[in-house]
Amino acid sequence: MFDRILPYLLAGISVGGQYALIAVGYTMVYGILRLINFAHGDIFTAAGFFMVYLTASLPMSVSIPLVIILTVILGFTVERVAYKPLRTAPRMSVMISAIGASYLMQNLMWYVTGGLAKQYPVLPWLGDTVQIGSASTKIVTIVTPILTILLVIALVTLIQKTKIGMAMRAVSHDFEISQLMGIRINSVISVTFIIGSALAAVGSMLFFTNYSTVTPTVGAMPGLKAFVAAVFGGIGSIPGAVIGAFIIGIAENLIRAAGYTAFSDAFTFALLIVVLLFRPTGLFGEKTAEKV
Amino acid sequence: MKKMSKTRLIVCLAAVLLIYVGAWFAEKSAGTNSMLVTVLKKGAVYALIAVSMNLLNGFTGLFSLGQAGFMLVGAYVYAVFTIPLKRHAAVYQYYNGGIIQFELPLLVALILAGLVAAGLAALVGLPVLRLKSDYLAIATLGFAEIIRAVVQWDSLGPVTNGSNLLKTYPTFSSTKILGSTVLFPFIVSGVCIGLILLIINSTYGRAFKAIRDDEVAAEAMGINLFHHKELAFVISCFFAGIGGALLAMFQGTVQANSFKSAMTYDILLMVVIGGMGSVSGSVIASFLYIACSEWWLRFLDNEQFIGSFQVPLLRSGFRMVVFSIVIMVVVLFFRRGIMGDRELWNLRLPKKKKGKEGLK
Repeated sequence: MFDRILPYLLAGISVGGQYALIAVGYTMVYGILRLINFAHGDIFTAAGFFMVYLTASLPMSVSIPLVIILTVILGFTVERVAYKPLRTAPRMSVMISAIGASYLMQNLMWYVTGGLAKQYPVLPWLGDTVQIGSASTKIVTIVTPILTILLVIALVTLIQKTKIGMAMRAVSHDFEISQLMGIRINSVISVTFIIGSALAAVGSMLFFTNYSTVTPTVGAMPGLKAFVAAVFGGIGSIPGAVIGAFIIGIAENLIRAAGYTAFSDAFTFALLIVVLLFRPTGLFGEKTAEKV
Repeated sequence: MKKMSKTRLIVCLAAVLLIYVGAWFAEKSAGTNSMLVTVLKKGAVYALIAVSMNLLNGFTGLFSLGQAGFMLVGAYVYAVFTIPLKRHAAVYQYYNGGIIQFELPLLVALILAGLVAAGLAALVGLPVLRLKSDYLAIATLGFAEIIRAVVQWDSLGPVTNGSNLLKTYPTFSSTKILGSTVLFPFIVSGVCIGLILLIINSTYGRAFKAIRDDEVAAEAMGINLFHHKELAFVISCFFAGIGGALLAMFQGTVQANSFKSAMTYDILLMVVIGGMGSVSGSVIASFLYIACSEWWLRFLDNEQFIGSFQVPLLRSGFRMVVFSIVIMVVVLFFRRGIMGDRELWNLRLPKKKKGKEGLK
């Protein structure tokens, strides 16, 4: 019994880690801008394509940092172009702009790649197989949760201990007052997008080592699921997003193990709806009182 | 809004009639298979769907992203009940001819498509409509995905044909009116949009707008929030279901896999381009949107030569890039869309100053 479930459990933990790295980006942006950044899943896909194209001509040791830098630039640009002009607009407009940005990026990627699935390069060491108990898996499966947790710890320290972290907490607490206190809102928001994009880039390296092909729309589903994870953990809370992501990753793979592959996506959304109905603030979310 | 004067009403009806005659004439002169006619048909279908979404997003201020799911329900109900009996064996080849051994007349199936979608919406709305703004959006999006997964479920195969195509049901070419295929979608969506307009101008419509403008104030005025939200949701999904059925008729085949969230986004962009809260805006925008994406911008997808000079950048996929840039420009710089919240028939009214829009 356990032998049969073990590979699914491992896959679940690994996928959970990858969702967690994307979910952190969602939850940070939501915490500060109160915006579902629909384009985040596409930034993740774009990171995959950067890797495909860079490794075609550059060695791995140069392309990995370059991928992260390019993804960060992309995330920063999306924020400046699509969200910054709408800072004072109603929330619905910003969300529509996010959908538009996602649409634009998908079409742009389709244009550049010609719509064909691209083979993701095999990252050295990460792609090697390893034997755990009775299951054989790639090293990335084990590296993912460890790396995820390390990165998240680093991030939480950044937010708790540094000046920019304090500014971020202040902005997410009250947008307008923190502006009055002399915090440069725009740079705080930019930093948020930079961190989120960098984590998405790392997540995409881990994700595509497992899935090996990149298509322009491949990021949409992991993106949505990572968002669900962020909501599940309590949007705005980073540890919550990580725990939510692991729970969703594992649950989804256990459902596959039970033979209901078609429902693994549906389950995620069902979970989302149940959470929203019974505990709208998620597992670790802060309660906010509605002001009239 | 003041009651429309009689002359104005007559002018409007005459304009609608003129559009119908124009569409009929276009098909007669351009031929049934021309691009113009395809665009007209698809545009009419999407006009209905966009208006139904606008009723929810633009008039009631409920940001729902579940439209594709309810369209899927409508499309499937229509297709399942109108596939001719003798074709069942061929369509349901993996499920022994399916378990539905009867067929309904086309119009009955069309209305049933709307009713089933509305019924499902009533159930979905009970829990979901308690949520607000972006939570509502993501929950309805989730429901659409769940519906898609359930329809493709193998155990429902005898009804839905699993993840296989549904086909051979009557399409627009079997509903010719005056020898023209374009009139049926025009008439159905015209009637439906007319009904939506009547709803918007009724007391219910005014209550919807009050909820959009300020929920708390609306509640204080004695509007039952939940009741009205549920009503708007059910009505919108009823018409989305009919729209889905029309889309099925347009396409000739239905597969659950094509009703992805991308479809909802397309419709949402149409609503935004037309102007949130403008029925005529949605109609104009959907025809424009379909015409641009299917027809006018097609040339961008092919390599072009001016003399011996090859125009750079033009190749497959460039059309969608240009198209999405145009959409972004509209979203960022012309946020009110083509019509704002005005209608074609009262364009001359002064622009109202808006305090806040839909969501806070």
